[in-house]
Amino acid sequence: MTQLALVIDLNVCVGCHACVTSCKEWNTSGWAGPMSDHNPYDADPSGTFFNRVQTYEFGSYPNTETVHFPKSCLHCEEPPCVPVCPTGASYKREDNGVVLVDYDKCIGCKYCSWACPYGAREFDEKQRVMKKCTLCIDRISDTQLPESERKPACVLACPTSARLFGDVHDPDSEVSVAIREQGGYPLMPEWGTNPGNHYLPRRKIRLHIHEDELVRVNNPLQKEEIVPIDSGDTIDDVAW
Amino acid sequence: MHPAFSVIFLTTLIGVGQGLFLALFTAQLYRLTGLLEHDPGTLFYQYGSLLALCFLALGLFSSVFHLGRPERAWRTASRWRSSWLSREVIALPLTMVTIALYALLHYLGLTQPLITIGEDFSLDPTLIAGTVATVMVFSLFICTSMIYAAVRFIQQWHTPLTVLNFTLFGIASGFMVAALLAAWMENGLVSFFGGWAVVATTLALFGRSAALYRNHKLRGKSSLQSAIGVRHTIVTQKAMGFVGDSFNTREFFHHRSPRTVTAVRNGFLLLLFPLPLLLLTPSLVGGGSLELLLAAFGSQYLGLLAERWYFFAEAKHPQNLYYQTRS
Ligand code: SF4
Ligand code: SF4
Repeated sequence: MTQLALVIDLNVCVGCHACVTSCKEWNTSGWAGPMSDHNPYDADPSGTFFNRVQTYEFGSYPNTETVHFPKSCLHCEEPPCVPVCPTGASYKREDNGVVLVDYDKCIGCKYCSWACPYGAREFDEKQRVMKKCTLCIDRISDTQLPESERKPACVLACPTSARLFGDVHDPDSEVSVAIREQGGYPLMPEWGTNPGNHYLPRRKIRLHIHEDELVRVNNPLQKEEIVPIDSGDTIDDVAW
Repeated sequence: MHPAFSVIFLTTLIGVGQGLFLALFTAQLYRLTGLLEHDPGTLFYQYGSLLALCFLALGLFSSVFHLGRPERAWRTASRWRSSWLSREVIALPLTMVTIALYALLHYLGLTQPLITIGEDFSLDPTLIAGTVATVMVFSLFICTSMIYAAVRFIQQWHTPLTVLNFTLFGIASGFMVAALLAAWMENGLVSFFGGWAVVATTLALFGRSAALYRNHKLRGKSSLQSAIGVRHTIVTQKAMGFVGDSFNTREFFHHRSPRTVTAVRNGFLLLLFPLPLLLLTPSLVGGGSLELLLAAFGSQYLGLLAERWYFFAEAKHPQNLYYQTRS
């Protein structure tokens, strides 16, 4: 079985919100759209998003660190949001593990949002149905697109490549290797939802710069040497 | 959680309707076994069932306001194998149909015994319909309350006490209405229904107190540390990703001060238990009046509304961990 998911590297994310805007742009104009807004350019703006980037700080001043935390549906392997849906509008795809909502069946009872511990679902106030990250199902399954573009919009937009996309059940995929080798972890494991998405932890990066690397002690390549000129007569020496 | 009035009215109104039907059928069973000297009269069963149906219909009506797309509500019956909400959507109309059938049989006067067992037990059509309706009423209590009790992430709800309390509150308020109806029809059954209302209200007080105590002691299973996966004792949110609000900040928070929440709790503890019992007492000892009984039910119903509001307000969803700082 395939379980498509994202792996998000918190050590790399700079909190630029490029994934948020590209997600909104792609999905509001596509299959899942529109993702309606309320007062977008006014006081108290509000709207439907599949992806949010939050910021946390840990430690106490001056020993603090900031972590930017992108947050979207985790495409759980045991999605508690699916069985509670009374209409069957919420479902998990058998073939690739993506959790989706059928907007034509949803009655907007919001019960599924209560059953998601992560707050990953957002109710669209205009369309009056429940929405959530689709992992850009219309992109990733579009065989018209070149292979390299069959990825969620957020993954393609991330300027620091903090977002990886792939099959977490394939042990040799980029995401599985990242989870295995860089300590990938799921959110709120205590609920047994078994999220597909994983996060890579913050890491301490220590640079070892030695004194002699800062101060130029010699000129090993002789780059700035003044080259003696003894190449015989030049054109100026030629007597006319 | 955000207390939605559609759901508050739905759960309290159908509770009254279900309790009222149970009261009617209890009286019939008591008559059958000869434990009740006054005959409530067939009109009482008819009016009572109609009134119960009115409460159930009002509840059904208010539930519509909770749905984003009520025109698709017929779809909700499809996932009864896994969803308690779906089961409730099936159980509610079935309950109404069986109660309507019960009323109809009484109206048609089909109370002649079909079979007689021994001296005093006789089985008549209303008894069969009433038994079926009773089963449906209890299934509906379970379905309605399991919608909440089955959400394991909301620890305040995820307890058998939720089912117990929904049932007891429905029974208490239903018997209260039955006492009121009996007083209005002057059939001498006020103290019978009133007595049971006292018992149910007292039991509900114990059930609710137990739930309040449990929730007071409850510690959240998730923390900000497990929510974002950073193992540090001090983690603070600096931004939740937007400046305004979102579905997440509207649906899962009550946005009221702790003082208001405490006031509502104290209010329902007063309105729901001691006050109606006090107003009911004169009727039990022979005095009393219709007005007093009406006041007793009014107080208890107001208390129920406050209780249901508090039920939502006291529920803490783990997603709230992600939405603590607005900036
Ligand atoms: S993150 Fe929430 S919405 Fe997404 S699959 Fe898991 S429980 Fe369902
Ligand atoms: S809001 Fe829609 S998707 Fe969610 S449980 Fe209700 S019908 Fe299902």
